[in-house]
Amino acid sequence: MTELFQLAANGLVTGSIIAIGAVGVSLVYGILRIVNFAHGDYLVFGAYVALAVNVGWNGHIVLAAVAAVGATALLGAGLEFALWRPLRRKGAGLFSLFIAAIGLALVLRHVVFLVGEARPRRYDVDVFQVYDLGGVRLSQSQLIAIGIAFSAIVLVAFLLARTGLGKSMRALSDDRSLAAVAGIDVDRTVVFTWVLAGGLAGIAGLLQALILSAFTPNFGFALLLPIFAAVVLGGIGSAYGALVGGLVLGLVMELSTWDALAGGAPSVYKPVVAFSVLILVLLLRPQGVFGKARVV
Amino acid sequence: MSTIASLQFWAFVGVIAGIYTILALGLQVQFGFTGLLNFGHAAFMAVGAYTMAILVVKAGWPLWGASLAAIAVAIGFGLLLGLPTLRLRADYLAITTIAFAEIVRYVAINAQGLTGGPVGTIALAGPGEAASYNRDWLEFQRSVQDGLEVVIGENATRDVTMLVLVWAVALVLLVVVEAAVRTPWGRVLKSIRDDEDAASALGKNVFAYKLQALAVGAALAAIAGLFFAFQFSFFSPGDFDPLVTFFAYTIVILGGTARNWAVPVGAVLFGVIFAGTRFFDFPPFSLLDSGERAYVRLIVIGLVLIGLVLFRPQGLLGKREEMVLE
Repeated sequence: MTELFQLAANGLVTGSIIAIGAVGVSLVYGILRIVNFAHGDYLVFGAYVALAVNVGWNGHIVLAAVAAVGATALLGAGLEFALWRPLRRKGAGLFSLFIAAIGLALVLRHVVFLVGEARPRRYDVDVFQVYDLGGVRLSQSQLIAIGIAFSAIVLVAFLLARTGLGKSMRALSDDRSLAAVAGIDVDRTVVFTWVLAGGLAGIAGLLQALILSAFTPNFGFALLLPIFAAVVLGGIGSAYGALVGGLVLGLVMELSTWDALAGGAPSVYKPVVAFSVLILVLLLRPQGVFGKARVV
Repeated sequence: MSTIASLQFWAFVGVIAGIYTILALGLQVQFGFTGLLNFGHAAFMAVGAYTMAILVVKAGWPLWGASLAAIAVAIGFGLLLGLPTLRLRADYLAITTIAFAEIVRYVAINAQGLTGGPVGTIALAGPGEAASYNRDWLEFQRSVQDGLEVVIGENATRDVTMLVLVWAVALVLLVVVEAAVRTPWGRVLKSIRDDEDAASALGKNVFAYKLQALAVGAALAAIAGLFFAFQFSFFSPGDFDPLVTFFAYTIVILGGTARNWAVPVGAVLFGVIFAGTRFFDFPPFSLLDSGERAYVRLIVIGLVLIGLVLFRPQGLLGKREEMVLE
């Protein structure tokens, strides 16, 4: 039984990071119809900004986290002005946006490689501190990840449900023209959507790098497909769905290795479990587990 | 003589460009003509190369039989992937196909007994024994090389021979695909790309045509995988990572979508950017070490993709009226 709790705890850690990444992808897709292939590399960007602060300038990890969030939010907004808005003005279609996102992913990732070195890096934190909670052992990094991730999830849920900005975002995501006619400032809301998606990507990147302990700029792409899987699971474009989808996916990935399940899947196949969930959901219930049935 | 001026070096670049021409031609059929956003193209290349190598080393098949079987297996994978997924909308299809490609790659890395694992096909025969699948190929290549020597003398090296062989096959395939898209079959593919509902309303079985396009593309990717395997003697799962698919897209979009003869042009340009800059030994290239150059190359490829989408969506040679990117 302890093993089950341990796996569930690990699943919550993985799942909450995926959830934070997935909200950004889902909002951006819902509002702009962009499948942001570069989102994994937004995470990487955040992780390496934090690395520069934490290791480069010996800053505390909290300061590094703030810097990661700020810088990645700026990156998100900056790219809206430099890339996405010009593309929209030209009337770029689905394929064009897709290809542009891939180009952007290549540029971002390899700029980070060029500046941040290719060797595995780690933050200056105590990785050996382990807490024992009734048989479930969690490292300090994992506890920090759960704490920050859950606060972020609650904050985002509150922002979307209660604030004017959140309501504008959801309205745009539901029906863009109707929202514009109703007087919502589309351009402004879009910029804030990128700021939110970028900031969350910054947190998710930092946390993923933290629990990986040693990381290279390739971790972003490795996490991108699980993030897409969470988005699809929750129903593309639904922010709440993405949050729940991320948590569920994290749990499924970890629990798939449980011995009691026919010996459990070898842990190297955890990503394969995520990709299979992705494909199965798309085939069986493309509107997502929580999405409304409509023509997909 | 500096590497830049050497025939051998450019022969190598040409071989890479030839292999990518075949790979990207498959994508041209799927993406350029049919409008299918297949982001798992590299997986079919992997399936082709691995099936051939496994059949030769583990089952003792002759190379030619194994190669034909490899193409057939890749087509089978294409149908298997297409049957459930081709009904999905374009963006969902893209995500599903890339997930499929990643599953193939993870299996190739982790199913060591079948594939040799992360170190690649050199471990196919089991521990302590270096496996080789291309003895028959090398023999064949040697005989072609002997023939070439009569014509061009000592310039007929291994790479030059490969250059001749891979481009001969690429040109034949280009002619075949060009002929195919000029038939009524090809026109239906284009009509599906331009307006799926219209094609459907005219009584065309859109799903069957999409499936055929996917299968043709898979076969071409498998052929590219075979040549890749022949050229490099052994390969590993890392050779088929999603970057390879993105490279194929770069070639198709750079050359121009929906125009077959643009594929080799895109592939040669890509070959020069990708393999060529590796050996440029003058500034500013000489200021970077080889690892840094690799990153700069990929940044350049990313910028080329973004630039094309922004400023020349029809590519260098594409037709404006048949644009896939709008």
